[in-house]
Amino acid sequence: MPATEETIEQVNKLGKEKYKYGFVSDIESETFPIGLDEEIVRRISAKKQEPEWMLEYRLKAFKLWKAMEEPEWLKPIYEKVNYQDLAYYSSPVQKEKPKSLDEVDPKLLEVYKKLGIPLQEQEILAGVEGAKPIAIDAVFDSVSVGTTYKETLKKAGVIFCPISEAIKDYPDLVKKYFSSVVPISDNFFSALNSAVFTDGSFVYIPEGVDCPMELSTYFRINAENTGQFERTLIIADKGSYVSYLEGCTAPQRDENQLHAAVVELVALEDAEIKYSTVQNWYSGDEEGKGGVYNFVTKRGDCRGNNSKISWTQVETGSAVTWKYPSCILRGDNSTGEFYSVAITNNHQQADTGTKMIHIGKNTNSRIVSKGISAGFSDQTYRGLVKIQKSASGARNHTQCDSLLIGNECGAHTVPYIENRSTSSVLEHEATTSKIADEQMFYCTTRGMDEEEAVGLLVNGFCKEVMQELPMEFAVEAQKLIGISLEGSVG
Amino acid sequence: MDLLNIENLHARVDTPDGQEILKGLNLTIKKGEIHAIMGPNGTGKSTLTKILAGSDEYEITQGSVNYNGEDLLEKEAHERANEGIFLAFQYPVEIPGIATSTFLRHALNAKLRHNEKEEIDNLEFIKLLRQKAKTLKISDEMLKRPVNVGFSGGEKKRMETLQMSILDPHLGLLDETDSGLDIDALRTVAEGVNYIHSKEKGFLIITHYQRLLDYIKPDFVHIMVGGKIIKTGDYKLAIELEEKGYQAYGV
Repeated sequence: MPATEETIEQVNKLGKEKYKYGFVSDIESETFPIGLDEEIVRRISAKKQEPEWMLEYRLKAFKLWKAMEEPEWLKPIYEKVNYQDLAYYSSPVQKEKPKSLDEVDPKLLEVYKKLGIPLQEQEILAGVEGAKPIAIDAVFDSVSVGTTYKETLKKAGVIFCPISEAIKDYPDLVKKYFSSVVPISDNFFSALNSAVFTDGSFVYIPEGVDCPMELSTYFRINAENTGQFERTLIIADKGSYVSYLEGCTAPQRDENQLHAAVVELVALEDAEIKYSTVQNWYSGDEEGKGGVYNFVTKRGDCRGNNSKISWTQVETGSAVTWKYPSCILRGDNSTGEFYSVAITNNHQQADTGTKMIHIGKNTNSRIVSKGISAGFSDQTYRGLVKIQKSASGARNHTQCDSLLIGNECGAHTVPYIENRSTSSVLEHEATTSKIADEQMFYCTTRGMDEEEAVGLLVNGFCKEVMQELPMEFAVEAQKLIGISLEGSVG
Repeated sequence: MDLLNIENLHARVDTPDGQEILKGLNLTIKKGEIHAIMGPNGTGKSTLTKILAGSDEYEITQGSVNYNGEDLLEKEAHERANEGIFLAFQYPVEIPGIATSTFLRHALNAKLRHNEKEEIDNLEFIKLLRQKAKTLKISDEMLKRPVNVGFSGGEKKRMETLQMSILDPHLGLLDETDSGLDIDALRTVAEGVNYIHSKEKGFLIITHYQRLLDYIKPDFVHIMVGGKIIKTGDYKLAIELEEKGYQAYGV
């Protein structure tokens, strides 16, 4: 339609808002020489002052990784990472680990201020009644630079600290659960992570405790030519509850950066973990140059009866996203949920989805996936619902909707269903749509320009997922959606 | 200055073999006037309102449209809306996932921003919305529903009227607002229009039926056939039309 082409042209002429997190911070850092061998693995472990058992784990993983081949079954096409061409550790130079935020390098605090992350403890979230305050662990390249509210949480018995600390201070807890959800040789990227992970968050909620705060980790990649391999482990003991938020950004660079994280969640009997992510890694420029490779293994184990794990993600960044946050529904009556909004624009590619493995009796899983493709991007939803023979009475509801904006983008759905139980109920719905001209016209005749209209329509499309996000994240995520769709109208 | 001045407007559907729909339409609406356009189906009445609102489905091949002395055809749909033109659709489309109140707040703020005013505070907006909704017999619950989703025809038309009362346009274009309405709904919509109307405003009402015009008294009634206006009169013309039908005008 000629009229629509006009619109595309008009929009391309408009200046596109630059990725506002693309700034590079000039912070003195200590970076290992590039390359990966056993020596580097040992050096990382030594830098973290790890006990012998952790070093052994890393070395075992490294050996396994070297024998593995990088998988190639995903749809996105990308230039392979040269694993010898990266540095595997980089941290801002600090004399001693700061005991409080006052001791952190002000230049570092400035970075987080610029990113809008409140590292100073705040009593109440301004003007929001009844909202829990948020405790934050800030991870800059390979290290955690500070964690807020540690004392308040300690009083409730909650442990929230960098995993590097937990390995030293709570070895028994860590040993009990570490790698119990994602085994050492699970996949190529998790094996790599197991060898070279640097930091991430460790959370333990004791029995019966409703964590008094939202816990959050904010990941920032800064140094160039480094990979970021964070490792997070969250354990919710019997009857406990925790809501955890993860945020991520990276500077604008011409080369691709690798982010290969591993997140393990364990929910014991009657416990619940809510894990939310707003991912905004640098996605590459309009030509598709640069951008982060986001290859992540996230898995939750509903180990105890009546336990629940829900994953909520808003993925707007990265050049290539490859992740399947999953739930193993081991406990009877356990529940797994996956809510996702994935937006790709320009030349981004995403192959994402989830796996729900039903093992216990009367387990329940819910999947709501909203994919929005614009520009020349390509998106695939890949989901697995696996009902094992033991999983009598299992129920699953899957809904995956794709929204296409423009004529050059792609959306694909690859659902796998494996059902070995005769008493399960599975429902799968999928839709693919374009933003209707009539809807656009309706919005513009009410005074909204086309970009605002697209933003509104997309938010409406994602509503079901957005309402699962904790309030503060929801506001940011909505803005992010608007920004990531700039220049997409057509 | 005339509110709206259309001269010799020719327009066609903007596709390779698009037909010409408007074939030399002339119309002037002065401030304070209410005009009604009646005519057989397929004659271009709805098209006219869509073109005035800024639809890019049509190509203007000849003629001019001036709004408050400025060239309207140069402006985009959202600009026209922010400068006071409101189109109440015949078939309002659904916008899933967006509550009516949210949608309206966005619309109002867009207008305020365009006119270099401050955006309205959320609480102020809710107060304003509830007040207007009450006069149109629209419940709070309806305001929370996604725009037009699951609304009956009558509810949708009432919503259009609510939107119009919030955005307070200078030129209201009502495209067959009365179709699908029962007497009560009709009266409510008409009250809404009459309430907004003033010496500074103008309305263009497209309708098939004379009965709406019992409640909204037009200053002028036009008969549109074959893409242009062939006869103009006062409201008595509408009664004549109801009695004699369009055959009297060679249709």
